[in-house]
Amino acid sequence: MIEFYNEYVIVLIALLISITMAIIRVIKGPTAPDRIVGLDTINTIVIVGMVVFGTAFNEIIYIDVAIVYALLSFISTLYIAKYLEGGEF
Amino acid sequence: MWFNFFIYILLMIGVFFNILGGFGLLRFPDVYTRLHAGTKCTTFGSIFITGSVIILGLKMWYLGNIDGSILAIHTAGALVAILLTNPTGAHAIARAAHKSGVKPVDAVLDSLQNKSLKHNVNKKKIKTEKMEGGK
Repeated sequence: MIEFYNEYVIVLIALLISITMAIIRVIKGPTAPDRIVGLDTINTIVIVGMVVFGTAFNEIIYIDVAIVYALLSFISTLYIAKYLEGGEF
Repeated sequence: MWFNFFIYILLMIGVFFNILGGFGLLRFPDVYTRLHAGTKCTTFGSIFITGSVIILGLKMWYLGNIDGSILAIHTAGALVAILLTNPTGAHAIARAAHKSGVKPVDAVLDSLQNKSLKHNVNKKKIKTEKMEGGK
């Protein structure tokens, strides 16, 4: 029988609401840095969501995926910020 | 059991701050204030949610389930990754926004306006200033 934590599933739904608000900001942001702020927020919430998902359904491998996702999204954020800044790389 | 009660309180604080972060991202008028909401609130909330997962793992380990130790240690690794990468990315975004010319909405004074950051210094300007000072 699969062990199943109800409270963490409720937390996942609440995190989905927060991700939806960030997606609205990404779609209608007036300038480019607004959209990047939205993407950065989505990345952080997805990391926490992976940890909560792995806890709720007893799959520990998802937490390792969350660590790798954190480092890769950090690199992509730095790269986009460097591109916006202009000048030489 | 008071242990589960503690876990529920940590989860409620974390979810509250994460939803507050998303809401502030919608409501604030400006890039810098949105960055303030979208980075600090989500970092603070994710500290509490991962803390509750760590406490759950330690409880499972104490009750005799070995998977609990793996859960706690790997979640602590994810928490360290969040704490290292999130403020650095926010600082890079704020710097890029200021250098790409986005102004704060109601700002009266921009202290960084005349200070050029280090690798963007216009070298000809410095040379001419030095020559004029010499004469």
